[in-house]
Amino acid sequence: MPGSATDQPAIVLAGLRRDYGERTALDGVGLTLAAGQSLVVLGPNGAGKTTLLRILATLLRPSGGEAVVLGCSLPGEAWKLRGRIGYLGHEPLLYRDLSGRENLRFHARLHGISGAAAEARIATLLAAAGIERRADERIAELSAGMRQRLAICRCVLHEPELLLLDEPDSNLDAEGRELARELIGPAVGHARVVVTHDPERFLPEADQVLRLGIGEAAAVS
Amino acid sequence: MTPSRAAFGAILGKDLRSELRTLQSLPAMALFAITSFVIFRFGLDRTQLSGSLASGVLWATLLFAAVLGINRLFVAEREEGGFDAIRLAPIDRSVLFAAKAAALLIYLLTLELVAVPIFALFFLDSAAGLLPLVLILLLADLGLAATGTLISSMAVNSRARDLLVPLVLLPLVVPLMIAATGATEPLLAVGGPGYDRFGTWLTVLGLYDLIFGLVGYAVFDFLLED
Repeated sequence: MPGSATDQPAIVLAGLRRDYGERTALDGVGLTLAAGQSLVVLGPNGAGKTTLLRILATLLRPSGGEAVVLGCSLPGEAWKLRGRIGYLGHEPLLYRDLSGRENLRFHARLHGISGAAAEARIATLLAAAGIERRADERIAELSAGMRQRLAICRCVLHEPELLLLDEPDSNLDAEGRELARELIGPAVGHARVVVTHDPERFLPEADQVLRLGIGEAAAVS
Repeated sequence: MTPSRAAFGAILGKDLRSELRTLQSLPAMALFAITSFVIFRFGLDRTQLSGSLASGVLWATLLFAAVLGINRLFVAEREEGGFDAIRLAPIDRSVLFAAKAAALLIYLLTLELVAVPIFALFFLDSAAGLLPLVLILLLADLGLAATGTLISSMAVNSRARDLLVPLVLLPLVVPLMIAATGATEPLLAVGGPGYDRFGTWLTVLGLYDLIFGLVGYAVFDFLLED
């Protein structure tokens, strides 16, 4: 299987650039993230943090430079990468008119998990996220915090090798943050990229820090 | 890769479950069709239609009612992140096209289950032409589902979606409508159903379905790119 060797870097970026028309959102990003490590991405609004995450998730094509994720070169080998990434973006990627459990079943089937295996995995995640009692309510009826907990369940449902997390703590209360840590924290052992505006919370977990600025070169420390 | 059949079932099941729960498309399509028949009945001041007029009233109404459903086909994917979820999953993206076209086909058939008997009640003195009409409806619906899914996926990212769908879709379905009305006209003729050039029109409908089904399958992957 491509890119499955554990000694292989999770992410290798070199001179990565993304343009939206004439505006450059991301320029000159270069780093290497080893398997199992955490990268924290900091920067002001509009610095390209979400753009970087979407490129790594194969949802956006880079305009220039090189990006190799789990051994797959983007965008050419993006198809090999799908199903190996857990992506938690600004949107929960949950259908409002379905319940939390129905949404998770839908995503499980898309990732080839069905039947008893899917039900067991969903039950485990719902319990871990502390939302099993509300799992059969429609997403439209849940609070933003409950939706975020479900989105975290969706993100890790298929046991991805790389977690891409955009403000994972948004809308979560203290209990939710602790529960989320169990599911997507560094102890999980997967490589992680965390975009955040809360460095105090995430910097202690970081193996590397990428600082993006508007019109400035990206800095890795 | 997830087997395409499993992914197809998941997407189609999700769409049908959402529609059953929210009733956002089907009731509007059916209500539009029924209201149009009422308007035609009083506008034309006729209690009975036959031949080309009957065929035209039926197909114009079904087509415009279908546009309502086509407009909403990808709204949940756009507004609730379904496109991203599907692009992140290890599935053949053409499965989304097939599942959406199947959902639209089911909407159209359900619409016709309501609208055609009401049309017959309003305008026809005999129901003899309705049985062979089922074949035309099925073939025309297949083409409309393929074309509608393709256009809806292209228009959904535009703020002018409601304008774009009819503006782009209607010219594309002109051949389909010519064949469907051509095949329907003798079935609804005065004095009972006829089958003049029936086979020819069915062949045209079949070819249209094949062409737009293949075009949709071939280009859909590119439409999902950023």
